[in-house]
Amino acid sequence: MEILLVIIIGLLYAAGIYMILRRSLVKLIIGLILLGNGANLLIFLLGRIVKGHPPIIGSTEKALADIYADPLPQALILTAIVISFGLQAFAIILVKRAYKVVKTDDLDEMNATDEDI
Amino acid sequence: MLLAILAGFILALFMPSLIKGLKGKSTIAVALLPFSLFVYFISFLPRISAGETIEFHWDWVPSLGVGMDFYLDGLSLLFTLLITGIGTLVFVYTSSYLKGHQYLDRFYAYLSMFMGSMLGVVMADNIITLFIFWELTSISSFFLIGFNNDSEPSRKSALTALGITGFGGLFLLAGMVTLGFITEEFQISSLSAMSGEIHAHELYPWVIGLVFIGAFTKSAQFPFHFWLPGAMKAPTPVSTYLHSATMVKAGIYLLARFTPVLGNHPWWNTTLIIIGGITMLYAALHAIFRLDLKGILAYSTISALGILTFLIGLGTTAALTAAAVFILVHALYKATLFLITGIIDHETGTRDVSKLAGLNKVMLPVGIAGLLAAVSNAGIPPTFGFVGKDLIYEATLHFDSMAWVLTGAAIITNVALLFAGFLAGIKPFAGKLPKAYAKVHLPPAAMWVPPMILAVLGMLFGMIPPLVDGPLIKPIVSALTLRTPDFHLHLWHGFNVVLALSVATIATGIALYFFIKPSEALLGRATRFEAISPHSLVRGLGRGVTWFSEKWTNFLQNGYLRYYLITILSFLTLLLAYRLFLGVEIYVDASTLSEITIYEAIIVTIMASAIIFTVFTKSRLAAVAAMGVVGYSFCLIFLFYSAPDLAMTQFSIDTLTVILFVLVIYNLPKYLNLSETRDRIRDGLLALVFGALISVLTLEVLNETVEKDISTYYAEQAYLLGKGKNVVNVILVDFRGFDTMVEITVLAIAALGVFSLLKLRLKSIEKE
Repeated sequence: MEILLVIIIGLLYAAGIYMILRRSLVKLIIGLILLGNGANLLIFLLGRIVKGHPPIIGSTEKALADIYADPLPQALILTAIVISFGLQAFAIILVKRAYKVVKTDDLDEMNATDEDI
Repeated sequence: MLLAILAGFILALFMPSLIKGLKGKSTIAVALLPFSLFVYFISFLPRISAGETIEFHWDWVPSLGVGMDFYLDGLSLLFTLLITGIGTLVFVYTSSYLKGHQYLDRFYAYLSMFMGSMLGVVMADNIITLFIFWELTSISSFFLIGFNNDSEPSRKSALTALGITGFGGLFLLAGMVTLGFITEEFQISSLSAMSGEIHAHELYPWVIGLVFIGAFTKSAQFPFHFWLPGAMKAPTPVSTYLHSATMVKAGIYLLARFTPVLGNHPWWNTTLIIIGGITMLYAALHAIFRLDLKGILAYSTISALGILTFLIGLGTTAALTAAAVFILVHALYKATLFLITGIIDHETGTRDVSKLAGLNKVMLPVGIAGLLAAVSNAGIPPTFGFVGKDLIYEATLHFDSMAWVLTGAAIITNVALLFAGFLAGIKPFAGKLPKAYAKVHLPPAAMWVPPMILAVLGMLFGMIPPLVDGPLIKPIVSALTLRTPDFHLHLWHGFNVVLALSVATIATGIALYFFIKPSEALLGRATRFEAISPHSLVRGLGRGVTWFSEKWTNFLQNGYLRYYLITILSFLTLLLAYRLFLGVEIYVDASTLSEITIYEAIIVTIMASAIIFTVFTKSRLAAVAAMGVVGYSFCLIFLFYSAPDLAMTQFSIDTLTVILFVLVIYNLPKYLNLSETRDRIRDGLLALVFGALISVLTLEVLNETVEKDISTYYAEQAYLLGKGKNVVNVILVDFRGFDTMVEITVLAIAALGVFSLLKLRLKSIEKE
């Protein structure tokens, strides 16, 4: 399974970078999202994947015992997902605003600095 | 003594308030500073002429061997007297020349700063201190040349001068450091004892080469001479003070100062003779054809500097004596001519020598000073110039090899200089006064007295050579040759070859003066080769560098986000690939891998197709939907692998993102392929390579064992310390609670941003 996930990570990175290199702002945002997903999966995988043992302490126990999924990467990823949502939401609205003002989402045409908003 | 040197800098600080305090009246009082310094230094004269030297030490950076060490011997004393003496006259002159100028305070500040730096140069006994003061003169000269900062040529000339002299300064520093490296001695006065050791060292050619470039740039030797005519954009007092009497002689001073240390070596002598010879001839011939009085004087100054370099290059006692005398001779007459030019410019508004004539009728005292200076310049007895020129011929005639070639060069130079001096000192005053200048009047005494004093001194020293002979010239020659000299300066040497040469020089020069009339045509002929002159070459070089840096900057800093990304990614890819394929063995340990179930295989396949679809679809909506599919597949993977919290978060966030996208999607532009196919292939290749690298990297990392200390700590303490059973939650809200709070703040800011952007839209619609 790790091999498959590794391939998906590579694919997500490749797709993300390809999209970021495009001239369209919408594609740029999609690229960012894909890249973010790739990074999340990378962290997740590097904490090693464990099936069926979520890091939740049993009702009768006081600490995690035996095999359990690593809680640390999960905490990191949770933070990352939420933060990237903030970024995405802001970026999407910004693109929309920018398009309203300059009538393009082509990065190459957005080169004037003194537009009135 | 330290105070005497730093007085210029201290006064420069207070100059603005001082000048304001004087309120435009009696600014002449400022000249008290250089004058008191002059008196201070002249008080050393008896001790110096008795063969003493005066030293002063003050540790500055002892660990680096840098000290504020000063040293006063004959050579330094001549220069300090020139600096303070001519300084006094220039300060007086300026008070009238720039009367009421709004930036007079600045001007005096720069001028006294310059004076301080120059005193530092000629008295420094430590090679690093010497360099520091050397650079300070370049900087204060920059401010003075660019004093008329609202004129573009003025700014440009200032920059050229700073560029050339600063460039040379760096070479000088390198030379000094190399010299220090060879000898481990930074004291100039102790260096001469090591002369033999330095000569034998393999770095000796480097040292003299570097010192030469420093000296030649400062003293405007060919091919670095061109900044000096440009520097004439400065107000006349500056030209007088810096660019004829003192600063440009710093290079000469340096060469003279290092003669006992580095001199007496064929390379040293030959280079100086050749460069000095070229400079004196080239500049003297140029001086003949100029129309601008200051241009004439600039070129004749360069030529005089060439003569000095040439004489130091000859290096015989006779030549060094001639150099010492000529420094004084030149300072006296050239400063006079400059000051006179300033008066003419000030009163008539022109410096074009072909238009000026007959000014004697309106400003006789100035004319007399001009005549005296021109005569001294020409070397006509009984002036001090005559003594100087005799010594030069004496030195060239008695040189071991090629005496006649050297003498010939000196004669040609002197003839041309005589002509130039007559143009500047006599031509404007002789003949008929043009009607245009009939109303010209004599300037205030503050302006015409200084040149008069200098001109009279030039005459006086010529008639009574013992005035300077014993007290000044002898100590200089003994400082340069390290021997007590045995000579006396005379006005009259009897009938001999030297006298014949002098007479021939004067006769030819005067004949030339009556024969050649300066005109535009002649100027045109002289500037025909401007295109290949060093000045044009340097300008071309400057433009080339600017052009190249512009191209280079545009190439690297082109303002396109994607090119920056491509650069960074390519570099990263190369670096990673290099490391991976050269230093790491790639393998996969199958035993550590978990098995693949059919559900997982299906999900991974769906994800892969969704990702590829997102990239290649032509519809925005489809791309966003496919992205949603990727996100939901993530949820499932998280769910399979024991991360229920992540699955829930991913699910809600992904839903929100897709909804947001869909909501604004109708306001967005068409989803077009903007790039060309070639670009897409390039980006695709880069992306694929990078993705593959990340995959390989991940595989490799998976082979490493995991440190689980932190995770174990959280897993054990989550309930005991945090009283929570969901470890991930406890980490977020308890152990790392502050981080989460900051994260919420970030989200709040993003929300505010989104909100205000939306608000903005409403307003602009209202406006419409």
